[in-house]
Amino acid sequence: MSDLRDLYQEVILDHNKRPRNFRVLPQPTHKADGVNPLCGDRISVFLDIEDGVIKDIAFQGAGCAISSASASLMTEALKGKPVKDIEHLFEAFHNVVTTDCECPRGLGKLGVLAGVRDYPSRVKCATLAWHAVRAALEQRKEAVATE
Amino acid sequence: MNAPLALSAAPVAASELDLARIRADFPILRQRVHGKPLVYLDNAASVQKPKAVIDAIGECYGGYYANIHRGVHLLSERSTSAYEGAREKVRAFLNAASVQEIIFTRNATESINLVASSFGSQRIGAGDEIVITGMEHHSNIVPWQLLCERSGATLKVVPFTDAGELILEEYERLLDSGRVKLVAFVHLSNALGTINPVKTLIELAHARGIPVLVDGAQSVPHLAVDVRELDCEFYAFSSHKIYGPSGVGVLYGKKALLEAMPPYQGGGDMIQMVTFEKTEYADLPNKFEAGTPNIAGVIGLGAALDWLNAIGLDAVAAHEHDLLEYATPRLNEIPGLKIMGTARDKAALAAFTMQGIHPHDIGTILDREGVAIRAGHHCAQPVMQRYGVPATARASFAVYNTRDEVDALVAALWKVKELFE
Repeated sequence: MSDLRDLYQEVILDHNKRPRNFRVLPQPTHKADGVNPLCGDRISVFLDIEDGVIKDIAFQGAGCAISSASASLMTEALKGKPVKDIEHLFEAFHNVVTTDCECPRGLGKLGVLAGVRDYPSRVKCATLAWHAVRAALEQRKEAVATE
Repeated sequence: MNAPLALSAAPVAASELDLARIRADFPILRQRVHGKPLVYLDNAASVQKPKAVIDAIGECYGGYYANIHRGVHLLSERSTSAYEGAREKVRAFLNAASVQEIIFTRNATESINLVASSFGSQRIGAGDEIVITGMEHHSNIVPWQLLCERSGATLKVVPFTDAGELILEEYERLLDSGRVKLVAFVHLSNALGTINPVKTLIELAHARGIPVLVDGAQSVPHLAVDVRELDCEFYAFSSHKIYGPSGVGVLYGKKALLEAMPPYQGGGDMIQMVTFEKTEYADLPNKFEAGTPNIAGVIGLGAALDWLNAIGLDAVAAHEHDLLEYATPRLNEIPGLKIMGTARDKAALAAFTMQGIHPHDIGTILDREGVAIRAGHHCAQPVMQRYGVPATARASFAVYNTRDEVDALVAALWKVKELFE
């Protein structure tokens, strides 16, 4: 059970139960859907971008605890960040969930997802929301898949 | 946390199988995963292989392997005889009339694609209808959708009840359109466990002169199938779900139909005579087996059928039914757990959801307890849509599973509850 607690940390369980920024933005400047074909999970992300800065970000959808908490934590981490930093942050987050690296400060509480690195089949769950954000910035119309 | 034990103490398993001996046949089951004894309950996805099958493949490659059908040397003769011997074993297993009616493919999916492609192109055209059911695996949906796109035919779907039973009145209503050229349905649903009343479904189609394909991927390892008694036109299954190796499938087809059908793929082994002007095709079954097949795999399937026959499918079915009867009330005791698929005639699998906990999280936590289950849509997304869930968790049983393993599953599920509370 102890190693499971490394994956399912309190912060993750909390964000899974009470996801933050879990709503629809009425008039987003950017939006996209992300789908994990493995499990059929689908989430939508909405962004309001002004002068190259993420003014607001929200998400909707149903997923596992890892994907829901990751999406919720991501919205908290990205709010107020310049758009030009997103790609770099995604890369940093990807490293957190796949390698032994330290979590950089810019990712806020997202470091709690580091346990995912011991569960390779769950990396796609943790990165689903990020793929959707990237697709939204690229103005893609079709749902982006994790594979 | 201990599960409340409202249930009376478990009686000794009613099964007559020598489970210890059966389990000893499976080297893979002896291991621990994450420090816990492996409890393998993902059998509807693929079953583990007995030593007899592993050995048969090793003996082929280690002792007599060569290409089949055209060699003049001893090894080729021995390989050909073992390969064709396996075909006879499959014939006997299905009680088909002739080995010419047994086609080896890559898997059940390819068997269905073969029929959709060959039979479909010949017999199904614009305005025609193909009837399937709402509980099909994607492998018995997509080949027909592709055929419909090519031919202009329409796909019709028989609905099922909340319990997971087909609505026969709707089935008959669809058959009565006068445009149905083929019916294709699953014998045993991988997503619900429902055992469909195939004999009745076939009779109803035949009463209207409509041929029938049965997807038997899940059924053959659990219940005896007699294609002559069923009288279906086609029956498809995969080796890897019946204790044989992956990469081999079977298509049974009635001889007269197969003879009239055009080849599925062209190549070596399926010809009589090739010139650049015209090619004469080989007789059945070779006409449908272009190219060098999975020789050792087919021989492995033959060994799997021998192994299963030695236990006896009736004993297998009785044991698995006991596991289902043992598991169902214990699963239902877990608050928030809901089993999907409660058909009266049901095979030994339990697909379920847990309130507020995603199946993927269930699967990960169970894995750490040594319990391997499936979490996802089970390649049956329309079934998930029918119940309004993105996915389910599924524990599916095979002949080597035990009541102790059911207990391990249930205990692990209580841990899931504890973690998420």
